[in-house]
Amino acid sequence: MATFLSREVCPTIKNILLLDSEGKRVAVKYYSNDWPTNSAKLAFEKSVFTKTQKTNARTEEIAMLENNIIVYRFVQDLHFFVTGGDDENELILATVLHGFFDAVTLILRNNVEQREALENLDLILLCLDEIVDGGMILETDGSIIAGKAATNSNMDDGASLSEQTISQALATAREHLTRSLLS
Amino acid sequence: MAQPLVKKDDDRDDEAEYSPFLGIEKGAVLQEARVFNDPQLDARRCSQVITKLLYLLNQGETFTKIEATEVFFSVTKLFQSRDIGLRRMVYLMIKELSPSADEVIIVTSSLMKDMNSRTDMYRANAIRVLCRITDGTLLTQIERYLKQAIVDKNPVVASAALVSGIHLLQTNPEIVKRWSNEVQEAVQSRAALVQFHALALLHQIRQNDRLAVSKLVTSLTKGTVRSPLAQCLLIRYTSQVIRESGVNTQTGDRPFYDYLEGCLRHKAEMVIFEAARAITVLSGVTTRELTPAITVLQLFLSSSKPVLRFAAVRTLNKVAMTHPMAVTNCNIDMESLISDQNRSIATLAITTLLKTGNESSVDRLMKQITNFMSDIADEFKIVVVDAIRSLCLKFPLKYRSLMNFLSNILREEGGFEYKKAIVDSIVILIRDIPDAKESGLLHLCEFIEDCEFTYLSTQILHFLGNEGPKTSDPSKYIRYIYNRVILENATVRASAVSTLAKFGAMIDSLKPRIFILLRRCLFDNDDEVRDRATLYLNTLGGDGSVVETDKDVKEFLFGSLDIPLTNMETSLKNYIQNPSEEPFDINSVPKEVKSQPLVEKKAPGKKPTGLGAPPTGPTSTADTYERILSSIPEFTSFGKLFKSSAPVELTEAETEYAVNVVKHIFDRHVVFQYNCTNTIPEQLLENVFVIVDASEAEEFSEVGSKPLKSLPYDTPGQTFVAFEKPEGVPAVGKFSNMLRFTVKEVDTSTGEAEDDGVEDEYQLEDFEVVAADYMVKVGVSNFRNAWESMGPDFERIDEYGLGPRESLAEAVSTVINLLGMQPCEGTEVVPSNSRSHSCLLSGLYIGNMKVLVRLSFGIDASKEVAMKLAVRSEDENVSDTIHDIVASG
Repeated sequence: MATFLSREVCPTIKNILLLDSEGKRVAVKYYSNDWPTNSAKLAFEKSVFTKTQKTNARTEEIAMLENNIIVYRFVQDLHFFVTGGDDENELILATVLHGFFDAVTLILRNNVEQREALENLDLILLCLDEIVDGGMILETDGSIIAGKAATNSNMDDGASLSEQTISQALATAREHLTRSLLS
Repeated sequence: MAQPLVKKDDDRDDEAEYSPFLGIEKGAVLQEARVFNDPQLDARRCSQVITKLLYLLNQGETFTKIEATEVFFSVTKLFQSRDIGLRRMVYLMIKELSPSADEVIIVTSSLMKDMNSRTDMYRANAIRVLCRITDGTLLTQIERYLKQAIVDKNPVVASAALVSGIHLLQTNPEIVKRWSNEVQEAVQSRAALVQFHALALLHQIRQNDRLAVSKLVTSLTKGTVRSPLAQCLLIRYTSQVIRESGVNTQTGDRPFYDYLEGCLRHKAEMVIFEAARAITVLSGVTTRELTPAITVLQLFLSSSKPVLRFAAVRTLNKVAMTHPMAVTNCNIDMESLISDQNRSIATLAITTLLKTGNESSVDRLMKQITNFMSDIADEFKIVVVDAIRSLCLKFPLKYRSLMNFLSNILREEGGFEYKKAIVDSIVILIRDIPDAKESGLLHLCEFIEDCEFTYLSTQILHFLGNEGPKTSDPSKYIRYIYNRVILENATVRASAVSTLAKFGAMIDSLKPRIFILLRRCLFDNDDEVRDRATLYLNTLGGDGSVVETDKDVKEFLFGSLDIPLTNMETSLKNYIQNPSEEPFDINSVPKEVKSQPLVEKKAPGKKPTGLGAPPTGPTSTADTYERILSSIPEFTSFGKLFKSSAPVELTEAETEYAVNVVKHIFDRHVVFQYNCTNTIPEQLLENVFVIVDASEAEEFSEVGSKPLKSLPYDTPGQTFVAFEKPEGVPAVGKFSNMLRFTVKEVDTSTGEAEDDGVEDEYQLEDFEVVAADYMVKVGVSNFRNAWESMGPDFERIDEYGLGPRESLAEAVSTVINLLGMQPCEGTEVVPSNSRSHSCLLSGLYIGNMKVLVRLSFGIDASKEVAMKLAVRSEDENVSDTIHDIVASG
């Protein structure tokens, strides 16, 4: 993975985690070399999970752990985390979390829970791929991210249908956003 | 799910059954992956298999090289399918497999085809995949396409190319740097994120060219940057430029400050916060510059979003360390954060308040914190305890309530680290605030009555042994200490025995009682406890005769081991490995501190505070010198150290080797202590010594020297040279010095030094021993009384013309420095424009002779200064000598 020469200058995401209600992985993506082995990653996930477990993170919450800043949000049995260095602008991390969360909500059609997430794991992995590339923020707008990932609706017809899916997704997105604004 | 009333646990089991990946197994999935090779591709099924493979990788499963290659080759077959979804999964899979160079060639043509496809989604993703897996040679082939992609009208494609460029810059900078023009064009893009990515890449391309970065910032801060993320980047670049350019000295204005302040009014919170943060860390930021930033942060404090509150309070916490006054405006908002749901925010708020609070708010604050402490985790509590300790040192008058707070939380439940933090804090307060000593010691005593941590108990007992005997009523501690002997484990019992012995050694009246207690310990069932009791009974003379404890015993009980423990350990290990009849000789242990490995030095510099620090507390430099000198056998015969001068620098600042000298004056000797520091990481100096040429100091003759065995990087060491001089005579002279040593190259990565060294020398500056070196500054509180009681027997009075001087003040300070005496009653200060001045000096001359001096100065219109010098001392020779010093100076 690329090393970040000017890491302190460019906003950098260290990892994005989606864990279940027992702290097990649903989907995770690491962009930094801070956790070189799988066991280091698992240990980090465990400590993040235990530290945040008891909080009520219906909206975005924030914590510090081992010189990292973690913003997180829980819905039902899904726990969303975004990690950055302790010099990072907290609000940038929150924006990324927001994008990720919105995108997943759209993809799972508001049915944000573990089983649904696992059944649509391909879409969630595509989502992660569209949010951050090698630590660099690629896109932060949930509906756009979901739109890009949902191109992959598994109906194997031509391109015309996928166009349709984008507009569908966008419509859902708009609807969802309006609702969240009104509520 | 059909029965909504089932118990929750069953429900969960049910869900687990439902997981599409239940019982998934690598071997089986790899078998399944054969469908990729089917002539008639089932896109949906292939997608599913890829998802399973990705799931396995995501769970931490690894593929062997062969497995990975096999999967990779079959995945490449899927480029035949035209299914968009499947293609996306293929891209993901290729990135995850990170194929080797010879495998990359297989997919290159397919990816390049996709890069030029009509579908934007293909293009963007193909660029990212290709750039991720490619190497330099291939990059030149696709460079043309990438440059086009950067300025593509589709923002997703442009961003993909730009972000790939950022990654490629690390590996192939020369290629990416050729894209400057395109990247610059992309900075003007209307798409927000393209602008962000382009700006990041452009800056990275130019980051080593200060002028270019400065130009970039100048032009962009005037224009419009649409994306909030890009705006944040620009703020960071701007702070960088500010850091490097510094304040405009003429106007006092800071370049670009206006831009940062403008950003505080941006509509995106992200940008506002970034700007506020940037302002708070400006070097040498003024209160005027800080104020607008603090104001927006204060607004954030009452935001409904935890992230915003956290960000604001964390920044303010940092500001409070350097500019506590600037943050006080936010105190009310911060106090309401103490009850914040998010405990990180609450802790940050409390520690900030502790830094900014004034003396009057301490009590109120402590009340609030008490409620708060019960529901936060230990790690936060430690932060609070540290903050309270510094607060107490800041407001020593408030020690009572703060000490009470500490003792209360000491009694509550908590882990070792937390308790240790509290105990350390109490110990530091006891040391630094004399009034707090008695109550602090009692709190500690009560704590060890019910302490589950052996380490803390022993440390407290040790501390108690040193401090307890010095209190007004030492006997009250005995009960606590002896309780330990009755109730605790062997380790604690042994230290309690030592503590008892210390009380016995220091306080003769307690001796009989201590002896009774120690004798009881002779029946302890632990060897160590019994041994200690026997040893102390013997050393203290517990055979019945109550004698005054002699100095050696006190030294034995209280003195710290002057041998580095690591050396002791090595010596003891050697001794055990080579058994001999000889008893172990502690004097054979080398006293030099071994060079520490570099790695260890880099460890976070924890100051030895609290219990870990030497128990005697801060020692004065004089004590330190005396200890150092007395540890060198060659110098022990010189008698008592009379005076040590302040260090005189013998090298310019920032040279290869930094050397200064301290002049130690004895009755018949002087010892020069050369403090050397090696500032070159690649060098180890060995056998370091100074050659002193005393040809211009006739009365001195060299009698010995002590070279320094080794001088590693950044670890100061000392070498000494001793001279003999006539007794009691203030011999003066000039010494020129040459540093000699053997240089060895050091491999900085391993810290190992080469075996062969080269002899080298380094010229140091000269220094002089002057009359003032024989005078110790000792003040008297009432000069008139002292003067009268000294009497006129050995008074000597004379008048001197000092010639033309710059000012009266200059003349006065010259004479004071010449004599090296302590000015009394503030008489060293000369009111401006005065024509005459009297100055009173006192000091202790070598041979412990008290000297008092009255100086009367007068200055005339031509700035000629005249001085009358009256000396009184205990010896007429000394009085004469003072006149000689002035006459020859």
